[in-house]
Amino acid sequence: MAVEVRVTSTLRNLVGEKMVQGHGATVGELLEDLDARYPGFRAQISGKDGQLHRFVNVYLNDEDIRYLQALDTPVKPGDVASILPALAGGGLPALAGGAR
Amino acid sequence: MLSLERRYVDEVIAHAREDAPNECCGIIAGRDGRPTQLYRAVNAEASPYRYNVDPKDLLRIYRDLDNHGWDVLAIYHSHTHTEAYPSPTDVSLAAWPEAYYLIVSLADEAKPVLRAFRIQDGRVTEHELQVVDDAGAHLDAAR
Repeated sequence: MAVEVRVTSTLRNLVGEKMVQGHGATVGELLEDLDARYPGFRAQISGKDGQLHRFVNVYLNDEDIRYLQALDTPVKPGDVASILPALAGGGLPALAGGAR
Repeated sequence: MLSLERRYVDEVIAHAREDAPNECCGIIAGRDGRPTQLYRAVNAEASPYRYNVDPKDLLRIYRDLDNHGWDVLAIYHSHTHTEAYPSPTDVSLAAWPEAYYLIVSLADEAKPVLRAFRIQDGRVTEHELQVVDDAGAHLDAAR
């Protein structure tokens, strides 16, 4: 099924538009579908282990998927997924243990 | 060059002072490089050393500016004890290459310093910040 995925910033440049249709039954499948059509998509938002970067926010409708079932969150027609990179940083000291 | 009306600069500094000793953060939306609205954001870290716009607040702000047809013109945050220059953490987490990063330093409480940067692929470039009055006349540099 097709679900609208809204992207911004670097992902928008990769996709060429701010909205794209993704296919799949879960948020994770949507992202895999987009990665297949836009190589490098997953690399922008997740690590080699397939988990989303801590500093990437993925929402389904109004909810952060961290508070749903993360990448296993089911999607249905009419849903809107949004991907927004975190706005984060800070002064000294640097984050312990690495930023990502 | 980033050109901001005085009221935006005043608002960023006021926000930084109100949230001190924690860092503050927010977004200035714009259209065609001109600022249209400032959004104060919730710092989910509530820390003197870090900021992370609360994800729910980020979605709220982004939806609102996108509905207006605006872009993220600038992302601002405060450094409460250090200079107004991107820290290693700021650089490593910078994910909005098309936006200006505005940093206000409160290291000298009496004289806040505001500077503008772009952070792209780990590279920091400083951009001139021009402060204008509401009629668009050039006032002075913010520094």
